Amino acid sequence: MNAPLALLAELTHRCPLRCPYCSNPLELTRASGELTTAEWADVFAQAAELGCLQAHLSGGEPTARRDIVEITAAAREAGLYTNLITAGVLLDTPLLARLKEAGLDHVQLSIQDAEAEGAERIGGMKGAHARKQAAARLVREAGLPLTLNAVVHRQNLHNLQAMIDIALAWGAARLEVAHVQYYGWALENRAALLPTRTQLDEATRIVEAARAHHKGWLVIDYVVPDYYAARPKPCMGGWGNRFLAVSPAGNVLPCHAAESITGMVFPNIRNTSLRAAWEESEAFNRFRGTGWMPKPCQGCEYAERDFGGCRCQAFALIGDAAATDPACALSPHHAVLASAIAEAGDAAFTYREFSAAQS
Amino acid sequence: MIPRFAPGVRLHHDKARARWVVMAPERMFIPDETALEVLQLVDGARDLDAIIDALVAKFAAPRDVIADDVRAMVEDLTNRGALQA
Repeated sequence: MNAPLALLAELTHRCPLRCPYCSNPLELTRASGELTTAEWADVFAQAAELGCLQAHLSGGEPTARRDIVEITAAAREAGLYTNLITAGVLLDTPLLARLKEAGLDHVQLSIQDAEAEGAERIGGMKGAHARKQAAARLVREAGLPLTLNAVVHRQNLHNLQAMIDIALAWGAARLEVAHVQYYGWALENRAALLPTRTQLDEATRIVEAARAHHKGWLVIDYVVPDYYAARPKPCMGGWGNRFLAVSPAGNVLPCHAAESITGMVFPNIRNTSLRAAWEESEAFNRFRGTGWMPKPCQGCEYAERDFGGCRCQAFALIGDAAATDPACALSPHHAVLASAIAEAGDAAFTYREFSAAQS
Repeated sequence: MIPRFAPGVRLHHDKARARWVVMAPERMFIPDETALEVLQLVDGARDLDAIIDALVAKFAAPRDVIADDVRAMVEDLTNRGALQA
């Protein structure tokens, strides 16, 4: 069994934005259910002890927590490389100075589109785009390295070149162009978000041209959607293999979307150690290695390269988390992806929100 | 010239795996032995000559041989984004 390399700390589900592809679960945790500052500090100490090298401080919007500076300091004191994954709309000069003082290593800032009107319709927050631009400037003035993250889909791909130009203009050294992955909120909005084949091919062409043109100035990471692929993505580098996430309420997860697999029970940091969760829990061991694999994964030459794809996607699309990811052309259910593509084309979103029934 | 780590880059001892890693934005890599010897001397105070002197003392090799190695390594680490140009 490998030790984990990275911890995704989902500090809160609160966020001023309402992106319809949010990676948070449909059932959001409210502030009263969140882990405390001291509990997060303990999570970081345990994660470092277990072998984690990086902490991704995420959410929701991590700076929606009043104790984000103390949390960052605790992660850094534990010896972890700290990456703040933020929408940027709550960042100001004093907060950034305190985060830097706390030892923050890197900032990843999201954009929803290249121009304010589209960005604010997609993110569901007025005035957000200008605040992100200001946040990027503050990050650079603080001397912190900046990565821009652009989630791309049917309704903003026409602006991809302009998003690359923004990354350069705002002083980012890296740009992540990430096609939406369809779980949770994004799956609810799939018909509005799934790109056409033509859009995808054009995006790939633009990214490749920009990589060559801006070599040495801008690194572009590119995450492709697997709806048009013949092989599934090697999700998380394998279940329980190198990555773990802790949810705002303290659930320890092999992937941030794992709670979408209904019926699975995940360990909670309030009543177990991170090591016990990683090494001994039923949830982490269920899809670890290759023993759990059905045909056609069992014995497949790709079994230890793509790990059978994504468990959450298998559950979301065919109702069985232990099935081969239907993104694989060898899956007997591969046709469900073509059906989804054929049905795409809606314009309206269901925005992310806390459900009314929750207390 | 004083070699410095690029913003967001630092050398970290990975206790769980008994090795050193270079941590950088959205990536990490494991330095080879020569790179590690150089990176452990990058402290924002030592200039290139001081780093070369320290390694000459440590390895008892001719200074010009070590100096060539260090200059090439600093250039390589700068190209890889670990050190600042």
